[in-house]
Amino acid sequence: MELWFSEFHAPDVKHSIRINRHLYSQKSNYQQIDIFDTPEFGRVLTLDGNVMLTERDEFIYDEMITHVPMSVHPNIRDVLVIGAGDGGVVKELTRYDTIEQIDLVEMDPLVIEACRIYLPENACRLDDERVHIYYDNALRFIRKRHCAYDLIIVDSTDPFGPSEGYFTREFYGICYNALRDDGIMVNQQGSPFYKQDAEAMQRSHQRIVNTFPISRVYQAHIPTYAAGYWLFGFASKKFHPLDDFDAAAWNKLNLETKYYTTRLHIGSFYLPAFLEKMLEEVE
Amino acid sequence: MNSEKKYNQRRAPIYEALQQFRQMRVVPFDVPGHKHGRGNPELTAFLGEQCVSIDVNSMKPLDNLCHPVSVIKEAEELAADAFGASHAFLMVGGTTSSVQTMILSTCKRGDKIILPRNVHRSVINALVLCGAIPIYVNPEVDVKLGISLGMKREQVAKAINENPDAVAVLVNNPTYYGICSDLKEIVKMAHNANMYCLVDEAHGTHFYFGDNMPISAMAAGADMASVSMHKSGGSLTQSSLLLTGPNIHQGHVRQIINLTQTTSGSYLLMSSLDISRRNLARRGKEIFAKVIEMADYAREEINAIGGYYAFGRELINNDSIFDFDATKLSVHTRDIGLAGIEVYDLLRDEYDIQIEFGDIGNILAYLSIGDRMQELERLVSALAEIRRRYQKTSKGLLSQEYLPPEVVISPQEAFYAKKKSLPLEESIGCVCSEFIMCYPPGIPILAPGERITNDIIQYIEYAKAKGCSMTGPEDPDILYINVLDTEV
Repeated sequence: MELWFSEFHAPDVKHSIRINRHLYSQKSNYQQIDIFDTPEFGRVLTLDGNVMLTERDEFIYDEMITHVPMSVHPNIRDVLVIGAGDGGVVKELTRYDTIEQIDLVEMDPLVIEACRIYLPENACRLDDERVHIYYDNALRFIRKRHCAYDLIIVDSTDPFGPSEGYFTREFYGICYNALRDDGIMVNQQGSPFYKQDAEAMQRSHQRIVNTFPISRVYQAHIPTYAAGYWLFGFASKKFHPLDDFDAAAWNKLNLETKYYTTRLHIGSFYLPAFLEKMLEEVE
Repeated sequence: MNSEKKYNQRRAPIYEALQQFRQMRVVPFDVPGHKHGRGNPELTAFLGEQCVSIDVNSMKPLDNLCHPVSVIKEAEELAADAFGASHAFLMVGGTTSSVQTMILSTCKRGDKIILPRNVHRSVINALVLCGAIPIYVNPEVDVKLGISLGMKREQVAKAINENPDAVAVLVNNPTYYGICSDLKEIVKMAHNANMYCLVDEAHGTHFYFGDNMPISAMAAGADMASVSMHKSGGSLTQSSLLLTGPNIHQGHVRQIINLTQTTSGSYLLMSSLDISRRNLARRGKEIFAKVIEMADYAREEINAIGGYYAFGRELINNDSIFDFDATKLSVHTRDIGLAGIEVYDLLRDEYDIQIEFGDIGNILAYLSIGDRMQELERLVSALAEIRRRYQKTSKGLLSQEYLPPEVVISPQEAFYAKKKSLPLEESIGCVCSEFIMCYPPGIPILAPGERITNDIIQYIEYAKAKGCSMTGPEDPDILYINVLDTEV
């Protein structure tokens, strides 16, 4: 018997992972949550049938969405993380002693519950005393905060489901308003490869450009995401991701990483020609 | 009234007949010519085979809307039972056709009808068709919000006393903004004076199903009510219900409907009415409880932003605001220095949020069965962002005032009279022969037969400048207006 999990990366492209065991399956108020055990990728978390993370490649995403802003802004104390119920981003953030507070806003308590049980390696730092978990709609949470954070990390699902609201002009606007004058917002920006993803990426980039004075896009290679090619948005009120990047200071922290390096930091902002063109179209 | 045993609200006779019709695989040598979609593959691909295959003509197993005897008749009886009416007519020409039927069924040429001036254009259109004379009851205006309120009892009594020969009183209940009049008392006053009471209840379908709702027209004893099932009831656009009470002759109303209604009534529209009625009868109470809960939440959150005023039940004053429809999410925007229409445009252009309408001082977001909290959070956040980014001083913003009309001749006479076209600013003092309105909400600023004044022209210019979508006149740019050629 063969068991496979498949996900459409585009209407005519399917990505499949062989399954050992289906460990968890629940429908929450918001989405269908599943966790699989797989031979190649270890445990795999899917929401509404879309791969959120695998044990094998989560480090790429979690390191890139965390260390890039952390090495640019010299004094990040208060951080807000949106989504990220799996705990991977929090795990990276808690490695910085200088961070005093991490607010995590996740709408779905069941995601956190499932990850604590089935993905303990990922969720292990959710109990850090600096972490405060809020089960709330992020729009509602953020619009009541003003000048409260140095960094906002938007770790959402793709823009075609319950996270649709996290790719909107109003969302970026209230994030801007919730950040201090030198604050940074980093978001997962989707993939530029398949048509539907590319269009959504362009739309959200345009909205960020219209909201923040500095807005750059950087990339990473993540095997289980669409086209294996993923983008992040770096939006900022003051700091430029390359001009204000302090490699020496970050290297002094001696944090061990598997993907991120200060050389890669610079390289990740150098984009292929077709992508530069797509971004320029909406800037 | 009909016993509950007799009517089973789990039935949907038109829907069931169409299901059966599909299974019979009847060979169509009749219209429509697309033949279950086969003749128009692009349309079928777009709308879906399920949909086009029931776009069929009247036939024996499916009844005939012009003269219902079987499944349509049963669907109408079920609807009447669900709405507490003596009879219900399925309408396929929008609530406009329901409103026109109410007027054409009760008024003849030269008859007087008492009505508030803030009626929908369809009411005055019906007066153009039948030649009845409008007797306007000036609605009270909330000066701060700049909206017309309900009809005051005293004003209705005065109009009835001054016009004992009027044949009907028409009430707009609730208004677009959710304002209700003292319907029960107005019905009583009309009936005591031997007049019919007609209710434009386009925005009140849910009154028949939700808990703690304002009183519905049929419960208040009105003779006829027009109910936009496609608004809060969930049926397809253009479908509507006309409800009648015990004093109205069903056959006469059917004749009036058949004067103007299509003989090819759409089964898509009729089945949508049937299925929606069934849904409301079975689940309406919980559905509208949820809508009110969402609207109350949104009001609280919007009012917490500051500057905006999302109004609600606190407005109730026992007369001109006898009751308030809490499902309506109306927000006053002038205090952030923006006209409602400006906020409406910003929501669409900057935030991809389409709301129902914006006028000079307010916006209205329509909440219904289909809404979810996550979209409400977007709306509230977008309003917070609009305030942060665009807030101005409200100095210089016009407040919307009620401009009492001077009716010089009947709408019909004015509409068909010899006329000439004048530039707006030169038309002051003339009698208008056409409509001018902002759409939505579609309440005329000027109707045929009314005197054009300086205030009215200023208001039109202001609304145009703020970006209101103006309709009505022959001149699409609203630079010219048709007026009566002769001095009146």
